[in-house]
Amino acid sequence: MLPSDQSESLRPYVIGFVLALVLTAIPFALVAMHILPIFATLVIIAILALIQVAVHLRYFLHIDLEETPQENLIALAFAALLIFIMVGGSLWIMLDLNARMAS
Amino acid sequence: MTDIAAGASALPSSGAEVEIDVYEEKALGFWIYLMSDAIIFALLFATYVVVSKNFAGGPNGQTLFDLVRTFGETMLLLFSSITFGFASVAIRLGKQETALAWLAVTFVLGAAFLGLEISEFTGMIAQDAGPQRSGFLSAFFTLVGTHGLHVTMGLIWIVILALQVLVKGLTPPVVSRLFRLGLFWHFLDIVWIGIFSIVYLPGVL
Repeated sequence: MLPSDQSESLRPYVIGFVLALVLTAIPFALVAMHILPIFATLVIIAILALIQVAVHLRYFLHIDLEETPQENLIALAFAALLIFIMVGGSLWIMLDLNARMAS
Repeated sequence: MTDIAAGASALPSSGAEVEIDVYEEKALGFWIYLMSDAIIFALLFATYVVVSKNFAGGPNGQTLFDLVRTFGETMLLLFSSITFGFASVAIRLGKQETALAWLAVTFVLGAAFLGLEISEFTGMIAQDAGPQRSGFLSAFFTLVGTHGLHVTMGLIWIVILALQVLVKGLTPPVVSRLFRLGLFWHFLDIVWIGIFSIVYLPGVL
């Protein structure tokens, strides 16, 4: 997190970039070529997106469970919890409502 | 923050250490802002998912979205992330010229991204698929537009800090500002992962 804590090496950026490139190319290729059923494609897109978020956090934002100050990790975990509750809850309620109204 | 700073200065520590504490606090404060921004985007994503099928008889993603352009936008942002990373490394090594060059490349890539997005938006509005057309398009323009606005702010911020580097050099305050700009820029690329994974790819399926 701190400028002084970061390595002065290009390595993490290059690793992150290559991983992100692969994790971006796969979902675009799947959608462009229509080789899998829609549901399977959506699941793969979601999983690869989550992995790519983790890659960006690790290699571009230098989030490290050991080195990053604890306050920053707590803020990140709290934001993730809030997002899970608010997004998960909103989608659950609205999609359930939609299913009940449609029938 | 003042309490902590006062406590730190009361301790028999050197001035440099106190200064580092201040930058650490600023980094944490900015990080908390980014987390709140992430929550805003998460809720815009949730809104989009809820109304993403409400086309109101209007066009859907299959007719509006262009996978090639979205891939181009994705690559521009991803490349701008690594070029900003190169700038960060140059800043840490104190190489002012190299840092400015990479900042300039990052700016050009970000501006190209914004240009593609603006041409997409104006193209959609020209074929009567503006934000007022349907719930789907309202949510689309709000979500993607908010991200585009952030990128615009990031571009302005890059120009301001590049000028500060030119005028003041890589002084500790300028370096700490560049560090927070880096957090912001990489954060925007993370939001874009969500946009292409939730909006564009499912939209054209």
